[in-house]
Amino acid sequence: MVPVNTAEQYLKAIYLLQRVEDGPAATGTLAERLDVSPASANEMIGKLETRGLCEHEKYKGVTLTDEGIESARESLQTYCIIERFLFEVLDVGEFRTEARQLEGVIDETVAERLDTIIDREPQCPDCFAPEADACALLDAEGRVRTGTGGSSGAD
Amino acid sequence: MSLTQPVASDHQLARLLQIGVVLEEVVEARAHQQYQLLDETAVDPEIEALLEHAAEESAEHRDRLSALVEALDAEQIPFERIEPLVAERYGNEEDTDGVLYDQLCNEETAYKFYDDLIAAIEGSEAAFGIERDRLLETLAEIRAEEADGAEEVTRLMETRT
Repeated sequence: MVPVNTAEQYLKAIYLLQRVEDGPAATGTLAERLDVSPASANEMIGKLETRGLCEHEKYKGVTLTDEGIESARESLQTYCIIERFLFEVLDVGEFRTEARQLEGVIDETVAERLDTIIDREPQCPDCFAPEADACALLDAEGRVRTGTGGSSGAD
Repeated sequence: MSLTQPVASDHQLARLLQIGVVLEEVVEARAHQQYQLLDETAVDPEIEALLEHAAEESAEHRDRLSALVEALDAEQIPFERIEPLVAERYGNEEDTDGVLYDQLCNEETAYKFYDDLIAAIEGSEAAFGIERDRLLETLAEIRAEEADGAEEVTRLMETRT
């Protein structure tokens, strides 16, 4: 299947890449991270720029505006809620993969409701590890490293 | 701002329907909880009726979604798994304004969920293991009931301002 990424997923990816690179996000790296062609990435960056969510400087990369950062953090938080909900409530083993598939369908209003029945750390989403592109408190085997949630492997 | 991603497979569809079941179970558990917590000395028949109806309607939606989940051969999410989570982690509303606001959020969230899910199914070219017309018809009916529910709560809220 050809990946279709929403504007929210782009904003989240740019935000995390900026944290990794401590500067603008390179468009090539962004395309790679989202598994899309550089042309698709450039097209979406143009749309986000028009909406005032990012600035693109040739040969340097993309930088989110304050408004872009706010939206990116909301998207990241929505992703974290979905991930934890899948792990804690639905007991999904591949919670990370599935959260990536579902984040484009579940918006923040719905995520807020799911958030009412999960245990999420107060520092979320700042504890998200940008290099690993994963929640630092929940490892791939579904173990919670710190906090109060479930502690055994899912599935 | 959302551009809904199309649903790509039976597995993903079943997962989204399971999430719908959980959302309905949260509403149902929440309505029961609030009903029990209502101050007996200040019982408001309209609010009582609203909570009763919300719980009944969510149970009915849950059954309809569960039938779709079953048709896709996926795991059911029993109410008994969700009810304790609501009791344990959800804050209690202390007054009727809080109860009404909470109910409005429930209805609006559910509406948004079904609306996005319908768009994600309509935008998909995947062949699902369940008849597409039946799926969309069921979800559209539930969405319409959520819209009616939100309207009803708003009307009640307006009579109290």
